[in-house]
Amino acid sequence: MVPTDLRYTKDHEWVRLEGGTATVGVTAYAADQLGDVVFVDLPAPGRSFEQHATFGVVESVKAVSDMYAPVGGEVTEANAALSGSPELVNSDPYGAGWMIRVRVADVGQVEGLLDPVAYEQLIAEA
Amino acid sequence: MTDADVIPVHETALVDVHRRLGARLIDFAGWLMPVQYAGILEEHRAVRERAGLFDLSHMGELFVEGSAAGDALAAAVISDPRTLAVGRAQYSMICAPDGGIIDDLIVYRLATERFLVVANAGNAAIVSDELAARLHGWGAVLDDRSLATSLVAIQGPAAAGVLGPLTDVDLAGLRYYAIAEGAVAGVPALVARTGYTGEDGFEVFVDWSRGPEIWEALEAAGRDAGVVPCGLGARDTLRLEAGMPLYGNELDRTTNPFEAGLGRTVKLDKPGDFVGQDALARVAREGISKRLVGLAMTGRGIARHGYPVLREARRTGVVTSGTQSPTLGRAIAMAYVAPADGEPGTILDVEIRDQPVSGEVVALPFYRRSR
Repeated sequence: MVPTDLRYTKDHEWVRLEGGTATVGVTAYAADQLGDVVFVDLPAPGRSFEQHATFGVVESVKAVSDMYAPVGGEVTEANAALSGSPELVNSDPYGAGWMIRVRVADVGQVEGLLDPVAYEQLIAEA
Repeated sequence: MTDADVIPVHETALVDVHRRLGARLIDFAGWLMPVQYAGILEEHRAVRERAGLFDLSHMGELFVEGSAAGDALAAAVISDPRTLAVGRAQYSMICAPDGGIIDDLIVYRLATERFLVVANAGNAAIVSDELAARLHGWGAVLDDRSLATSLVAIQGPAAAGVLGPLTDVDLAGLRYYAIAEGAVAGVPALVARTGYTGEDGFEVFVDWSRGPEIWEALEAAGRDAGVVPCGLGARDTLRLEAGMPLYGNELDRTTNPFEAGLGRTVKLDKPGDFVGQDALARVAREGISKRLVGLAMTGRGIARHGYPVLREARRTGVVTSGTQSPTLGRAIAMAYVAPADGEPGTILDVEIRDQPVSGEVVALPFYRRSR
């Protein structure tokens, strides 16, 4: 089961909305499909992204994968721990493996994302 | 897409074993092959520290036999198999008349008049056809046993200790790049001390249907030594650290052996003519137009296949393979660059997502095992 307190995208990112700030990461399914993550490239705080824009890159031994902003807004924090320990994306994708925090421009965008049931269904059909 | 559109994929005799072990299977060169089991990093480290088991049954096994087998092969490939003692092997290539590489090969001499040529899976049919054509008219015949042969490799420092008790082949007397006939777990086999990982190890050729027996015997014998099954993912990172070329990445029809840094395999002075001789003699005389180098990345990022290589903003070449090196803990790559830009110590940039990321030209291999 995926965590029930998060929202999801079809690109296998998750979003946790707290106040006006969204924490963004990739799902356990995505991490498993990628395999051992060895490199994560994240934007500097202060940069802004439109919803669906590429905000970063996650690389496993074999694959390079873009990450897309699930919501638009300004990056307030990037997970510095991933620079030295990218394997956190595999070991704790919903916790210590988070990617960025975003000051959400339009909270309504979060409402438009997949709920846990819909995301479960998406990966069941993948 | 209907079922009729599905391209048929070969399965090795070990496919059910891979499924039992939880492998992730992918289509590789028309074969359904394991890319990983537990994970590429774990498998990679197991081979460096203990040993790993590989199913390589997708590779091509071409037996060449006859009174003129040595002369015929010498005319077909760039090395000189006639110089091999019985029971020894050499790295070789088959080239087109223009010197371009059709495939890289290992040639084993099994008897005075009998050789085994091992080709890459993706090229096995092409090499088989090309060799058959080149052997025509000589006193030699080609027996393509690719689909009748299972090939299981055990690679890593623990390999000899695991394989030894299972075989009557004297492993202590079997040198690197040597091959012997014997039995493994009671199965008639050819045992070669060759590999593609940079570690000590063995490749065991058996009849197709006996593949699972060999695998399971090695798996059981290696359990206490920490031997793990390894997929193509780890095979790729292992060979890259060891500076070994991969056909389709470092080697192809537009590349000659000198450019790939493998000019020593070209025996221009061997008796008789061989295909590609004139073109390769010209390259030896006039020099190369690109040069394969190792890059140790110093900037942040992983250089990947196809990324441009720059010297002070001037394009000088392209990355052929790149990964995060599990052993070295840094990003490494191989690339073709202009010969003048390929001296060790030269600082080059790799364009990663439109950003230049610096790397230093280093001598290959990136990793050499301690003996």
